[in-house]
Amino acid sequence: MNEHAPALVVMLPIIGAVLIMLIRHNNLNWGIALISGISTIYYSIILYLNARSIGTISYAMGGWEPPVGIEYRIDEFNSLLIALIAIVSFLILVYARSSLNIELKKNKISTFYSMYLLCLGGLIGILSTGDAFNAFVFLEISSLATYVIISMGNDRRGLLAAYQYLIIGTIGATLYVIGVGLIFIITGSLNLYDISVKLGDIELYRPLLASLAFITVGIALKIALFPLHAWLPNAYAFAPSVGTAFLASTATKVAIYLLIKYLYLVYGFDLVYSNQIFIFVVLSLSIIAMFGASMIAIFQSNLKKLFAYSSVAQIGYITLGIGIANYNGLTGSTVHIINHSIIKAAIFLAIGCLVFSSKIVNIDQLAGLGKRMPVVAVCITVSSLSLIGVPGTVGFISKWYLVLGSLEQGLWVVVFALAVSSILALIYVGRIIELIWFHTPVGGMVSPNKMPFEMIAVTVLMTIATVYFGIDTRLTGDLAKIAVENVLLGEQL
Amino acid sequence: MSQQIIYLLPVLIPIFLSILIKITWEIQSLRYPILLSGPILALWSVYKIQQNSDFMSSSINIFDIFPNIGISLGLEPISFVFIIMVNSLWLVATLYSYGYMRTNNEKRLGNFFSFFAIAIGCANGAALSSNLLTLFIFYELLTVSTYPLVTHKGDEQSKQSGRKYLLILLGTSLCFFLPAMGYVYYLSGNLDFVSGGLLTTTLSSMEVNNIAMSILLILFIFGISKAAVMPFHSWLPAAMVAPTPVSALLHAVAVVKVGVFSIIKVLVYIFGLDILLGLFTVDFMIYICGFTIITTSVIAIKQDNLKKLLAYSTISQLSYVVIAILILTPSAIIAASMHLVAHAVSKITLFFAAGAIYSSTGYTKISEMDGIGKNLKVVSIAFTLGAMSLVGIPLLVGFTSKWYIVQSSVEVGQWFILLVITISTLLNIGYFTPIIYKFFFKNKLKEISFKTLPQDINLSIIICCVLMVILFMQPNLVMEVISNVK
Repeated sequence: MNEHAPALVVMLPIIGAVLIMLIRHNNLNWGIALISGISTIYYSIILYLNARSIGTISYAMGGWEPPVGIEYRIDEFNSLLIALIAIVSFLILVYARSSLNIELKKNKISTFYSMYLLCLGGLIGILSTGDAFNAFVFLEISSLATYVIISMGNDRRGLLAAYQYLIIGTIGATLYVIGVGLIFIITGSLNLYDISVKLGDIELYRPLLASLAFITVGIALKIALFPLHAWLPNAYAFAPSVGTAFLASTATKVAIYLLIKYLYLVYGFDLVYSNQIFIFVVLSLSIIAMFGASMIAIFQSNLKKLFAYSSVAQIGYITLGIGIANYNGLTGSTVHIINHSIIKAAIFLAIGCLVFSSKIVNIDQLAGLGKRMPVVAVCITVSSLSLIGVPGTVGFISKWYLVLGSLEQGLWVVVFALAVSSILALIYVGRIIELIWFHTPVGGMVSPNKMPFEMIAVTVLMTIATVYFGIDTRLTGDLAKIAVENVLLGEQL
Repeated sequence: MSQQIIYLLPVLIPIFLSILIKITWEIQSLRYPILLSGPILALWSVYKIQQNSDFMSSSINIFDIFPNIGISLGLEPISFVFIIMVNSLWLVATLYSYGYMRTNNEKRLGNFFSFFAIAIGCANGAALSSNLLTLFIFYELLTVSTYPLVTHKGDEQSKQSGRKYLLILLGTSLCFFLPAMGYVYYLSGNLDFVSGGLLTTTLSSMEVNNIAMSILLILFIFGISKAAVMPFHSWLPAAMVAPTPVSALLHAVAVVKVGVFSIIKVLVYIFGLDILLGLFTVDFMIYICGFTIITTSVIAIKQDNLKKLLAYSTISQLSYVVIAILILTPSAIIAASMHLVAHAVSKITLFFAAGAIYSSTGYTKISEMDGIGKNLKVVSIAFTLGAMSLVGIPLLVGFTSKWYIVQSSVEVGQWFILLVITISTLLNIGYFTPIIYKFFFKNKLKEISFKTLPQDINLSIIICCVLMVILFMQPNLVMEVISNVK
């Protein structure tokens, strides 16, 4: 079976999704979701280990040889992210059952699991495929599932948010397809690696740049790169908590990977970065994201929205590394993909606990949380601190690489921007910490629902991960470094 | 492995202690033994480390965070002096604070003491750090772990102060300290503290860019805002809302001293004195520190709140240390370290006295304190001694350090520093004499009943006074150790 692992990591969640739709028994379906989740983890780890030991794995889907057939190409970089996403989404699944019982209507829960797995399958598909059009298909699969997930929350504004995302997401996908079409016209191939070889001797510079622009903007909509982020805050705010945690820790990260893949593996470093305007645009948009979104986050009153805007800001950090475009910058990006995924999972899961126990939606309701729910309060505090980049947490690791990268490029402005944006993060995080620990609850205590063990356990586990990987970076920083070194910069070095 | 554990002990002991305090707080009879065991064990562990190592040659890598740099701990002369100072004063402060918190019926004592211990653990970690990254990490953790202590009261004022505290301390370190550290790493590919200075030893004289070095110096001194050099000083007076033992130990000893200690470490072991000579920002920073010293002393004169006055005096004394390092001679390093210790002992005495006055009478304002010297003899005399020491009157340790600072500034012809010290000494006299006069020679404004102070408060105050005298008699306790710095 192991030689089919590249197909299995994609197919297992999708098979699970179909089974769940057929069975429609909530608890049984949870079990199915868990099983397909854990088997995905198993194969993703096998993939990573193989990619480390053997090198890049090329898998011909259905036995059709590339470049005509669809090729799945697993290297150290995407298999690392596949493993990350499989693990995080499995943990969120463990947490999901109790939370969904409270937040969703009983008849919707099975559909939720199904969509969750479908989305997971789509995301892993985007990561592993080596085919431009296949990537589009998976992009659509995951997006469609995402629209459903967002619209499922009890808050009816979720419908509007889902609709908004549907429109924007479709525009993004369209732009992406146009870009792919242009490439296909130029090179006659859809296989990304084939394309990258053929692009080497292409004279048609202008259509190539046009395709680059289309694809970048198309993916940037999915990434929610400022100023194309408008769909994200509402989507995160009104989706069920489990959905938010899942989307925040996986979906945007995968889109970022796709962008990195195009920039470095398809178009190639030289083509993209000989273009000063491109660097300038990416850097300045990232910096604006870091500032603008953090500023907006400071004034939010909805808890999930606040952290949604903080996500937009943090995505700015990741794209910043892409713009810095050197070894350390890219390592910073990659490591922040992993770290931010962990941080946001921890935060949104903790918020899910709050919704579960006392229906907390607004920041004001956090007052006195430290006394009512000390464990969750500590989780939120610690993971928020790592958003600032306090040393000893994962946020610091990412920031360090980004600072180093920008110093190497002589980008002092970027260093300064990084510093100042941490202060903005400090302001909105400080506000939350103060409310949690130093305010007395207004209007008496709401008697909280008793928290089920697995919800607390997963939240705590994620929080511990934000600290643990801030100290021991062998599994995050070092692997990210290796991935960047071997995959992205392999040819440049 | 066992080596690593020994080096980690000064950090781990306070942290375990804090957990232990949390768990056993309800058992009354165990409180004192447990609280006191922390500092004693910590001192013992420092002694063990000292036996195990010769200065500067050994540092232990605990684990790597980034390739080749990570948490690594070691003992060198300055950190030896610093860590001994912090932990012995922790012992005294434990005595004091238990008495203080009991007399004033402060709430959440268990929380208080456990955060207190964590803060000391971070300070110890900063003291032992043998590379810049470790120092930075413990520096930041110290900020975060003292935040709950600053806001211990939980009222609106302490929340605001807490905000200022976090914003300035974290903000400056993320804005200036972190980029500066990154730049050092970029230049030298390393962050270790090297005797003679990392940058001096790794960069050839061709590579040294004076402008970059000048900017780096400014980034470091402003980034380490725990040293409270203007304009990033305002967190310190704000932090005075904390209970007095916190102000005494943390804002006279641990936190602020970690600040100046870090600056000493950076200048001596990262830059190296040679590379700094002739940078125009050295002069610039001397002027800034001089300005800080004079201005805060003037502000201190106007204060009516005793703790605020002491806070401003602390800011000015911290700049003394910074200005002393910036003289950039080996003897100046000794003088700076000496002043670090001298100020710690003197200021903790003053804070203890202020807290004792508050415990006994409830007074916080100087204008209310007329005539209390007759009832609170020990406390008032201790306050007088502490003040005299800061002014620099012989027989007390403050004289020694001031003497050496003056001496080393004269050696290199830094007349500006001499001028600043003279003026500020006059100002010191200006703000301390009226208080002492009030204590002893004025009549009470109204008769109030004085609460008798518990013996542990008196005892801790007396110990501090004795320390001030001993250190005057035997300055070599500190100076001989420091003179090992190469």
